[in-house]
Amino acid sequence: MSEAITTITGTAVPLPGDDIDTDRIFPGRFLKLLTFEGVGECSFAEERAQWAASGRVHPLDDPRHADATIMLVNKNFGCGSSREHAVQALMRWNRGIRAFVGESFSSIFFSNCVANGIPAVTVTAAAAGELMEAVAADPSARLRLDLTRRTIELGDRELPFTLPDAARHELLDGSWDSTATLLAAREELLRLAARLPYFDNWNDHEG
Amino acid sequence: MTSSGTLYEKVLDLHTVRRLPSGRRQLFIGLHLLNEVSSPQAFGMLRERGIGVLCPERTFATVDHVIPTTALRRPWPDADAEAMQIELEANVGRDGIRYFAPGSGRQGIVHVVGPELGLTQPGTTICCGDSHTSTLGAFGNISFGIGASHVRDVLAAQSLPLADLKVRRIDVRGRLAPGVFAKDVILAIIRRLGAKGGVGWAYEYGGSVVDALSMEERMTICNMSIEGGALCGYVNPDATTTAYLEGRPYAPRGAAWERAVAYWHSVASSPAARYDDRLELDADALEPMVTWGVTPAQCVGVNEPVPELDALPQSERVLAHDAYDYMGVEPGRPLLGMPVDVAFVGSCSNSRISDFEAVAAVIRGTQRRVPKGTRALIVPGSEAIHQELVTRGLAALFVEAGFEVRRPGCSLCIGMNADALEGRQVGASTSTRNFKGRQGSVLGRTLLMSPAMVAAAALTGQVVDARELLTREAEA
Ligand code: SF4
Repeated sequence: MSEAITTITGTAVPLPGDDIDTDRIFPGRFLKLLTFEGVGECSFAEERAQWAASGRVHPLDDPRHADATIMLVNKNFGCGSSREHAVQALMRWNRGIRAFVGESFSSIFFSNCVANGIPAVTVTAAAAGELMEAVAADPSARLRLDLTRRTIELGDRELPFTLPDAARHELLDGSWDSTATLLAAREELLRLAARLPYFDNWNDHEG
Repeated sequence: MTSSGTLYEKVLDLHTVRRLPSGRRQLFIGLHLLNEVSSPQAFGMLRERGIGVLCPERTFATVDHVIPTTALRRPWPDADAEAMQIELEANVGRDGIRYFAPGSGRQGIVHVVGPELGLTQPGTTICCGDSHTSTLGAFGNISFGIGASHVRDVLAAQSLPLADLKVRRIDVRGRLAPGVFAKDVILAIIRRLGAKGGVGWAYEYGGSVVDALSMEERMTICNMSIEGGALCGYVNPDATTTAYLEGRPYAPRGAAWERAVAYWHSVASSPAARYDDRLELDADALEPMVTWGVTPAQCVGVNEPVPELDALPQSERVLAHDAYDYMGVEPGRPLLGMPVDVAFVGSCSNSRISDFEAVAAVIRGTQRRVPKGTRALIVPGSEAIHQELVTRGLAALFVEAGFEVRRPGCSLCIGMNADALEGRQVGASTSTRNFKGRQGSVLGRTLLMSPAMVAAAALTGQVVDARELLTREAEA
């Protein structure tokens, strides 16, 4: 069993904007890697370099957010390529991102998060805006995500979030690392495979 | 098997091992395709855990992203690319996984090679560690992209946990005008539904236009389902599907063929199937489409002006504003005349033989050559397509007209090899994504369009309506 994820507490880094794709999160030129070791530095690498070159400070490089373990985003975060590098890199950025709070997430990015024990929870546009403002005003503000209660606490405020039941269940009971669970049904699976009417034909008739 | 229901329901029911305690299903994966980018981490995790590959006979690999498209000489000039290639070869060798090596005649972009060899059959479930696995749904199956952790799971347990999707039926009605292609249809669909409109959905494409499309064109449509946010997209199998598959190396033969065809027809959505949503798109008035922004949803007909801010929904405006700047386009005016530095015909979206025939038609119809200052690349999706370009004289025609004809690979779709835009260059491209920096230059700008439109851009050095160019040149 993997680790049960019930609450995540920490400061947050806001990354505003819709449709932030995984090419931006993890630029393609860094994909020539055999493992995920050391990928943290690749997080938003091109974008951070550009901001730095034009004298601006990217949220990820802002020392006030150096301790952040929660990332605040808007709509369709992580769209595009299925590269798990995007999640793996942010998990290794500074102290490591442990949760995403946003308006929506792409399907594959979301599954990649669950597969790594990372909740990606959904809030309303208003709540996303409120959280981003609060964190901009006070970067040391601590957020507390409670998966049992489906709430985000920030000071004396409490905002509801949604998280699909299955993902919540797997995070809460620590079954998000699925390999062992899947292998537990090995016999059933092989029986099903034998029943399927198509496999016998994957023989190469030419080669 | 349920005889009512959608293809999505029928295929998923047939492949469900069980419901996991969380409510997700444990989905059996019939066919697993591997590439060099998303598999090494997965094999690494398996080794760490001391787990082997459960069904190597259902797993096939090739190399596409990092491979150079110039010469087939090992080691590759890029040491990192060579290392990835060696790792893939070691992994597939260890586990007895079938592998289509460069030079074997079968290497290519994984989503192009699978269909070409007849591996991607109706009624199956197919995964690959690449989001454009959705391409394969053109054959009437459930195909989708996964991350490395799930590649690990499919290697280890030939299955993965999948949350249920809703199904949206998209009917494309009417007829495509000459010069309008599958690429234009899917861009129009994404524009209509938005880049995030498909999150949580499977798209079923149908209607008179889709029924009349070839398999290659259906692949172009399903390919970009993921650009509309849909994890997968499919077309119900029909006579076009079976005709394409018959006789291919991995397609069944003899009595097995008859049984397979009967099974394939049985999984098609029944006429009484209920959908969670429906959309109708009238194709009669469709124009060739061009993207003007940084998501595939930011596109217009080639003669249409780039939308002004106030014509867009409030929620799209921040992104549009940013896109005008990044792309250097002017709202309120069409893209016509925008200079193009590099033209690229390739990628899993449009690198099949009919795509290159469309390019050839524009070259022949205009008798033009690529002007000085413009670069044009033809990158076939597979070694077989490359061979066909050569034997049919198309490669010679392209070279004569000033195009470079390359070996197969992802190439300028992602810019992981030496094929990349430079600086703020503008690329007219048949590829899948116009994201910032996608074509290998941080500031590079991508205009997605059909092969015919890219050909016209290549031959004029600017954005033009290919139909108009052909008429003009024919009269001249
Ligand atoms: S051609 Fe482009 S979109 Fe297709 S698999 Fe290769 S990199 Fe991905």
